Amino acid sequence: MNELIYPIKSGRIKRQRRFLTVTIILAVLSFILAGAMLMIGNTIYPVSDVIGVLMGEDVSGASFAVGTIRLPRMIAGVFAGFAFGVAGHVFQTMLRNPLANPNVIGITAGSSAAAVFSIIVLQASSTFVSVSSVIGGLVTVLVIFTLSRSTSFSIGRLILVGIGIQAMLNAVVSYLLLIGQENDIPTAMRWLTGSLNGATTEGLYPLIVTVLIFSPIILALGRRLDMLELGEQAATSLGVNTGQTRFLLVVSSVMIIALATAATGPIAFIAFLSGPIAKRLVGAGFSGTIPAGLVGIILVLASDLIGQFAFTARYPVGVITGILGAPYLIYLLIRMNQKGDL
Amino acid sequence: MKQTHTFRTDNLIAGYDQTPILHNIDVTIPSNEISIIIGANGCGKSTLLKTMARLIKPTAGEVTIGGTPIHKIPPKKLARVLGLLPQTPIVPEGITVTDLVGRGRFPHQSFMKGWSQKDYEAVSEAMDIMNITEFADRHIDELSGGQRQRVWIAMALAQQTDILFLDEPTTYLDITYQVEILDLLTDLNRKYGTTIVMVLHDINLSARYADHIFALREGKLIAEGDPSSIITSPLIEEIFGLKCTVMKDPISGSPFVVPIGRHHNKVRKHS
Repeated sequence: MNELIYPIKSGRIKRQRRFLTVTIILAVLSFILAGAMLMIGNTIYPVSDVIGVLMGEDVSGASFAVGTIRLPRMIAGVFAGFAFGVAGHVFQTMLRNPLANPNVIGITAGSSAAAVFSIIVLQASSTFVSVSSVIGGLVTVLVIFTLSRSTSFSIGRLILVGIGIQAMLNAVVSYLLLIGQENDIPTAMRWLTGSLNGATTEGLYPLIVTVLIFSPIILALGRRLDMLELGEQAATSLGVNTGQTRFLLVVSSVMIIALATAATGPIAFIAFLSGPIAKRLVGAGFSGTIPAGLVGIILVLASDLIGQFAFTARYPVGVITGILGAPYLIYLLIRMNQKGDL
Repeated sequence: MKQTHTFRTDNLIAGYDQTPILHNIDVTIPSNEISIIIGANGCGKSTLLKTMARLIKPTAGEVTIGGTPIHKIPPKKLARVLGLLPQTPIVPEGITVTDLVGRGRFPHQSFMKGWSQKDYEAVSEAMDIMNITEFADRHIDELSGGQRQRVWIAMALAQQTDILFLDEPTTYLDITYQVEILDLLTDLNRKYGTTIVMVLHDINLSARYADHIFALREGKLIAEGDPSSIITSPLIEEIFGLKCTVMKDPISGSPFVVPIGRHHNKVRKHS
């Protein structure tokens, strides 16, 4: 018996080791980028100053720049990046389609449209805008799920309805931008491209709390999520309560992504890119939820640093991720077309 | 040796979207034997298999195992007794053979834990039975259809259930692989006593490999029993609407159906 187990076990352990190593590297990389977010700016502060500020010491100059400006920006990037990465991975795995990320299903379009409407038409306060963005995202999900519901669950129908609703919401946003007052437009634009500008510590609490509540649920369902990949019938025969699992996963993912969108705006392509990049790096045999979240953090923080400092002008993070993501989308479409998946 | 269970359906009515496909099916699955469900396309064989494996909720009647209705058994517990290999399971992208077979261990694994020694034993045993140990670290997409089907069956075996359902396990396979798969399933039944229930298209292979045949026509059970006593030309004509003559399979001694068509309708005498 042992000579039968050995080759199987050694292969599996080798893959497990790769998974763990890569995950740790991703975590370290996230940590370094988070540190860089605090150190780099108009003035570059040494590590000792940054640690001093974080420990609550009063470091002249650094306390304001690091504590009030850079720290909230970094936290917004970390939590939103993680949320987008995790939720994207959940949708892509659950629906078995690399195109099926929360953006394509229209969740973020709902958040953005509600926020832009609140800013331009209602002239609302920033708290109201955030709340309406969360509600807008959730309502859009409900509408899409209701419209795509039929006697049986169909992935294709869900994605198609999502694309349709998203197109409608985008039209609404374009119209609002046309009729809006000139001084509202810059605020509204933030909801279209996604940016870490203007993040404040207090404003981030809802996102932090939501991510801390719902991510553990998603992580705990990691193995069930992987079982769903085998298809409805195989998962059910293997003892997975597919309806309940799908419900918990969708609710949790939608919650974190709605709050992340409310905090930073829809940062383009993060939900779409993180899962596939993570999978390529860690391999397929283990739950890719945490690696996808870490890749999300890395993409957001690295893109924000590039957007802030690589060019003479400063670009919001969403512009950079958009430039990075678009070629991948095209590549994916070409590959799916060749495989006949489209 | 696998356990014996009383697995039966009572007055089962089931179908898709309100239209019943199965009408009042009463069957008791013979324990530790190979049963094969036969019938024409659309007669409800696959629906019966899926309803018995709780993939379709019956509109009326029930499926019981040891007297307990299956929908009252917790899903994971039921998955340790009853497994089903769907006709078209979906291959997760980039997964290796070992990892896919290991997914069959889900009902035995506890929350968030890695693979136990038992999991490794079950996976390697299943892969050994299906002769796929050499492919352990290969990706599924690199394998041929026949090899792939052996991987799927290994996944179902790693589940270590007493009862195993298979929905057309030989479809799309060359005759060589069809025989190979059916031989392996027979090994499994003879060696471990696994109760096997499957849907097969090929009537002659069904007659050869089945201990028990369930014949369906338009959602009704019209005959059941061991192949040599029930496979007759009138029954085949009733099920498939096909005129035929039934001979004896020279290799296995089981009934062998030879169809009669418009162009080939006379028995030729060989001298």
